[in-house]
Amino acid sequence: MTTPAGVPERLTGLVGALRAHGVRVGTGETVDAARAVEALGLADRELLREGLAATLLHGTGHRTVFDPVFDLYFPRGIGAPGTGAADREELRDRLAEALAADDRALMARLAAEAVDGLGGYGSSPDSDGWSAYQTLDRLRPQTLLARVRTGVRERNGGGGPEFADRLLDDEIRRRIEAFRAMVGSEARRRVAERRDRDMLARRAVRPTADRVDFLFAGRDQLAELRRAAQPLARKLATRLAARRRRAARGTIDLRRTLRGSLSTGGVPMRPVLRRRRPVRPELVLLCDVSGSVSGFSDFTMLLVQALHDQFSKVRVFAFVNRIDEVTALLDHGTADPEGLSARIGAEATLTGWHGSSDYGVALGEFAERYGDAVGPRTTVFVLGDARTNQSDPNLPAVRRIAERARRVYWLNPEQRSQWGTGDSAAPAYAELVEMHECRTARQLSGLVGRLLPV
Amino acid sequence: MFSSVDDVSARLAETGYLASPAVATTVFLADRLGKPLLVEGPAGVGKTELAKAVAQVADARLVRLQCYEGVDESRALYEWNHAKQLLRISAGRDESWDEARTDIFSEEFLLPRPLLTAIRGDDPKVLLIDETDKADVEVEGLLLEVLSDFQVTVPELGTVTATRRPFVVLTSNASRELSEALRRRCLFLHIGFPEEELERRIVRLKVPGLSEALTESVVRVIGALRAMDLRKVPSVAETIDWARTLLALGADTLDETVVRDSLGVILKHQDDIQKAAAKLDLDAL
Ligand SMILES: Nc1ncnc2c1ncn2[C@@H]1O[C@H](COP(=O)(O)OP(=O)(O)OP(=O)(O)O)[C@@H](O)[C@H]1O
Ligand SMILES: [Mg+2]
Repeated sequence: MTTPAGVPERLTGLVGALRAHGVRVGTGETVDAARAVEALGLADRELLREGLAATLLHGTGHRTVFDPVFDLYFPRGIGAPGTGAADREELRDRLAEALAADDRALMARLAAEAVDGLGGYGSSPDSDGWSAYQTLDRLRPQTLLARVRTGVRERNGGGGPEFADRLLDDEIRRRIEAFRAMVGSEARRRVAERRDRDMLARRAVRPTADRVDFLFAGRDQLAELRRAAQPLARKLATRLAARRRRAARGTIDLRRTLRGSLSTGGVPMRPVLRRRRPVRPELVLLCDVSGSVSGFSDFTMLLVQALHDQFSKVRVFAFVNRIDEVTALLDHGTADPEGLSARIGAEATLTGWHGSSDYGVALGEFAERYGDAVGPRTTVFVLGDARTNQSDPNLPAVRRIAERARRVYWLNPEQRSQWGTGDSAAPAYAELVEMHECRTARQLSGLVGRLLPV
Repeated sequence: MFSSVDDVSARLAETGYLASPAVATTVFLADRLGKPLLVEGPAGVGKTELAKAVAQVADARLVRLQCYEGVDESRALYEWNHAKQLLRISAGRDESWDEARTDIFSEEFLLPRPLLTAIRGDDPKVLLIDETDKADVEVEGLLLEVLSDFQVTVPELGTVTATRRPFVVLTSNASRELSEALRRRCLFLHIGFPEEELERRIVRLKVPGLSEALTESVVRVIGALRAMDLRKVPSVAETIDWARTLLALGADTLDETVVRDSLGVILKHQDDIQKAAAKLDLDAL
C-alpha cells in the first residue's frame, strides 16, 4: 500500500460504490470493515481484500462486483510500472514465458507494462485514457497458445507424453483468460488515477449478471445466469407459496360458521373460511429461440422448468419460424443447462425454409396444432422481441389464443423505447395481450413473482 | 486467540488443515471481531473440517449442532427429560404438587442440547452449526436470538448468559438461501475449490506416499474436470480419495487405463463419467 492516508475516505467510497451496484451494506458492516482494516493493517493488500469482503458482503453473488471496485479504491500502486516503453514483440515473448511458467505475479506486472505501452490513447488532458480493449487488440495474447504449449513441453524436459498433457491447451486458455482480466483491472486503475474514482466505480465496473440486459450479456454472463436459475426458482417458489396462502385464506363461509356454532350454543366462536379449490394452474410458454433472443428464452425456460412443481402442468413450445413442443427436452435439461439450446436446436423442428424468426407463421401454427394446450385454467407466456422480419404478424392467431386462455402475457427483452421501431410488431401485439418489458434477470424475477398464477 | 493471519495459517496447518489466505484472514477476523463465521461453498471443500481444526487449535471443545429438516428447539436448545420427571413424580406420592414441580424442573431433569451447551460453562468452546441450510426457516429465528445475545431463557429455570462466548461457525451448501438477518450477524466466507498449488499441498499432506509427478497430474485432471459442465464436479474430498486409490493401485503415472478404471472414484453419475471420458479422449468405456 503506497498511500495509507485517507483510508476512511476510501472505505466510504468503496461502500458507496457497492451500494450503487445494489449491494446492501449497512452501517454495522461498515464499522466492522473499519475494524477489519485496523486488525489487518495495510501491508498485505490481498488480506485486506479478503477481510473487507468478509465484513461487507453476505453472499457469493456480489464478489464479481466487489473485486474490481476494491481494485479501484485500494490500487496495487500508483503511476506507470516504471519500465521503458514496451516493445510489442518483446512483450509477447516475455508473456509467453510467464504463461508457460504460470507465474501469476509476473503476468500481473506484464499486464501493467502492456497497458502502459500499448493501451494509451488521445493526447489532450480531457480525452486521453487507457484502454484494455486496445491493449489486448495489439498484444493478442490468445495467439500465443502454440508458443506457450511448446514452452511448457520444453520446461518439462520433454520426458515422454504425460496423460495430463492432453489438458494443456485448456489450461493455457484459462491462464490467458486470467491475463486478460488483469489487463482489464489495470486499465481501470490507470484511468481512475486521472478521473473521478467514484464515477468510474459506478460506470466501468460490470454490473452483476442479474442486471445485465439479456440482449447484451456475454457468454460467461449468460452461463452465470443459467447457474442462477435454480436458486432463483427456490426464492420465487417461496414467494408464490406466500401469495397462494394469502389467496387461500379467502372469505368467511357463513353457512359453515353457523353450523359449527351449534356446539357453542349458537355463538359463532370459530369463523370457517371458505376454502379455495386446491387446483394448481397450468402454464404454457411460447419461446422465440432465434439467435437474437435465445439468451433470454433459455434462462426463462430454465427458470420456469425449475418452478414446475408449482403448477399442475407446464408445457413449453419453442419457435423460430416453425413451432415445436420441447417440454420433454427441458425435463431432462435441468441437469445440463448449458446444453439446453443445443438440444433444442438438434431435436426440435423450428425452422422451415429459412432461419429467421417469423412470429406470424409460428403463432399461427401453434393455434392450429396445439390449440388444445390452452384452456380456461391456462396462463400463456410469450417470450420474444416481436421482431417479425417484415412478415405478417398474424394478429388473429394471437387473438384466438387470448380468447381461450385465462391470461396471456408477453415478455419482451427489448427496451420499451425500441418497441415498434424497424420490424418490431410489439405495439400491435401489445394491444391484444399484456406486454411487459423484461430486459434483465432482475426484472424477470420481479415479473415472474408477480404475474405467475397461484 | 491468534496473533496474526500467518499465525492462523501456521497453527491450522499443524492440525492438518491447509487454509487459503481468504480462510485464514476470515478466521482471524471472526476471532478478533467476536462474530460468528458463516461458511458457504460446495460439498467437500472442508467447511466442517475447518471448524474442527479451529477447535483443535484453540484447545476448545467442539459442540456440534447438525441441522436437518425438522430439527427443532428440543433438539437444538434443550428439552426436559419427561421420562425421568414421570419417575420422580410417581416416586414421591405424598408430597404436594408445588414441591414436586420445583423439583422436576430443576437442572437434574434438563437435557441441554448444543446451543445451550455452547453458552454454558467457562471452558472454551467452538460451536459448529453444520448444514444450516437444511434446517427449516423457523430454526433461523432461534439461531438469531442465541447468536445476538448469547443467552437462552429457560422459563422454569431463568436466563443463562454466556460468560465466555463460543467461537461460532455456521456452514451452508446454499441449498436454501439463509435469511438476510442471519447473514448480517455473521462474517461471510465462501470456500471454493482450492488453487492448484494449495490442492497439491493438501494431497501431499493427506496422501504422503504419492509421488510428486502423480500428485501434480492428479490435481491437473481434477482441475480439468471442474471446468467441465458436470452434474457433480469433484471436490477436495474426491481429490484425496482418488489420490489414495492411485496409491493403493500402485500406479506411478497416469495413463488411460488407470484413469478409466478409477474415474468412478471421482465422479458419481454415470452420465458424468461418460462425458468426462469423451472430453478426456479416453476410449469408449
Ligand atoms: N484445506 C484443507 N486442508 C485439509 N484438508 C481438507 C481441506 N479442504 C478439504 N479437506 C478434506 O476434504 C474432506 C472434506 O471436507 P469436509 O467434510 O469438511 O467438507 P464440507 O465442506 O464440510 O462438505 P459438506 O458440504 O459435504 O459437509 C475432509 O476429509 C478434509 O480433510
Ligand atoms: Mg460438512
